[in-house]
Amino acid sequence: MRPVWKENPSPGYQAIKAVVLGGFALVIVIPILVVVSTSLASDRDIIDAGGYVLWPSHPTLKAYQTLFSGGLMGRAILVSVFVTVVGTAIALAVTIALAYATSRPVLFGRPVLLMVLFTLLFAPGIIPMFLVVKQFGLLDSLWSLILPGALGAFNFVVLRTFFMNVPGELLESARIDGASDFTILRQIIMPLSKAVIAVVGLFYAVGFWNAFFNALLYLNDTSKWPVQVILRTYVLQGKSLSADQLGVEPLPQPQSLQMAVVVVALVPIALVYPFLQRHFTKGVITGAVKG
Amino acid sequence: MLKANSTKRQVSSGLPLKAKWRRDWQMVLLMIPGVLFLLAFFYLPVLGNVVAFQDFQPYLGIMHSEWNGLQNFVNLYGNPDFWDALRNTLLLAGVQLLLFFPVPIGLALIVDSLVSNRIRRWFQTIAYLPHFLSWVLVVTLFQQSLGGAGFVNNLLRQAGLDPIPFMTNPDTFPLLVVAQLIWKDAGWAMIIFLAALTTVDVSLYEAAAADGAGRWRRLWHITLPSLRTVIVLLLILRIGDILSVGFEQFILQRDSVGPGAAEVLDTFTYYAGVVGGDWSSGAAAGLAKGVVGALLLWGANALAHRLGEPGIFQKRGAS
Repeated sequence: MRPVWKENPSPGYQAIKAVVLGGFALVIVIPILVVVSTSLASDRDIIDAGGYVLWPSHPTLKAYQTLFSGGLMGRAILVSVFVTVVGTAIALAVTIALAYATSRPVLFGRPVLLMVLFTLLFAPGIIPMFLVVKQFGLLDSLWSLILPGALGAFNFVVLRTFFMNVPGELLESARIDGASDFTILRQIIMPLSKAVIAVVGLFYAVGFWNAFFNALLYLNDTSKWPVQVILRTYVLQGKSLSADQLGVEPLPQPQSLQMAVVVVALVPIALVYPFLQRHFTKGVITGAVKG
Repeated sequence: MLKANSTKRQVSSGLPLKAKWRRDWQMVLLMIPGVLFLLAFFYLPVLGNVVAFQDFQPYLGIMHSEWNGLQNFVNLYGNPDFWDALRNTLLLAGVQLLLFFPVPIGLALIVDSLVSNRIRRWFQTIAYLPHFLSWVLVVTLFQQSLGGAGFVNNLLRQAGLDPIPFMTNPDTFPLLVVAQLIWKDAGWAMIIFLAALTTVDVSLYEAAAADGAGRWRRLWHITLPSLRTVIVLLLILRIGDILSVGFEQFILQRDSVGPGAAEVLDTFTYYAGVVGGDWSSGAAAGLAKGVVGALLLWGANALAHRLGEPGIFQKRGAS
């Protein structure tokens, strides 16, 4: 909403704005475009272009067929999908329950709230975290990626703030009609907060999908590696994926294969992102700046 | 918010414990999974920091390892690698604070002044996206774009120029790190400033314009003061976080630029403890970092209060 005095923007300022914002946007878009294009490029495109392709003239899905044909990468995709789906479900359930229970003045509500907020102040540290995960017998188990991430304090604050703003009268009348707290949570609070829950769900899902360091720390077994670790090992560090790791022959150009790994890591986010984007501002702001 | 409090729950807060339990047991049940999680994956590890005061041996475990008081901290004090890591951390944090922090504010001011809502939405959609990409992906994209065999150097070579070692030069590493941070998070960090800008009272601008204040005067006397609270808040959070410059970003690039430039406190902890097996030194470094970070946050917040700003804790308490 523009202020109402409505001055005509001077062309000089307009040009500066266009250059700054346009430049920023291009710097974001071009690397992603090059990666996607190269992953779709045929061997000939890549050789002609000397490595990178801005726009594939003979697009092919060969690199993706190779990746999804099983082997190391196929398993990694399954691992990442499993961790993301199960992790997000568990994290949402835990966070919603805790955020609702502390959003009203109830028995133990206050101390539990302080317990959560304290986690914002201090991080336990890598070594004790590792020792605890090891003690629980979670090393080399996918649960080591899921359980430590099951409650994010920021997401908790976002949900709790939103729940607190649900009018008390609504809950009161439901209670008079005999609804239990469980029913109220399921049938009033959750339907009212769908958009915020979706955004928090996205934050969790992105966290689980992007998990790299936890996987590096807790998983030695290569067959349990998620996509991000594969990305690091075979693209960033430049180790090449061999035919028996991929389970097919002949291999496409290593360049397009590598870029296909990059795209696999990127695509799920690019898919859900547009649907949730319009809720971001609301979600972030309920959590951060209030009033 | 006040409305929410005026339910029978508050009215009857003088009830005996048993009655409260009968009324609230379902709510308490809902808290249990979250509390168990906090105990297992936050409070237990926090207590696990005692290994920083032990000569920890994995096969003996925490219960049977020997206590050695402050010896691990004394060892750290004499370890030049630790000091290098600390120096790198502070240097990188300083560069980030100086070069990264103003960018989202500037972007938000420009976006807010856009007249076309359509361009505005487009830009926001593109600018938010990189925040959701993992560090592995961001570093990979930089590698593919600026690396020795990357896109830009390919172009340079084709033009007959010498390639530039963007990704492997330890001297320019802090700049590379900030560039990555801006690429990934500047657009996202802009959200909060944009939100703060929408709360500015438009009549202030009108009054100022009527009094003859030009574009820049309005920016200086209305827009920026309105952003002050948010800027201070984010600055405090940043200072509290100053010792965590970004773990994954450094561990991913430590190989290519060398530990001399990319070793920070977190990577030091990881390599000394998990990789090197010196659990106690790693834990001591990690604990020192956690405590100093919490103190910095506390101090910055107190300073903000002193300057008459709301800071962070007060806000939370009021919620």
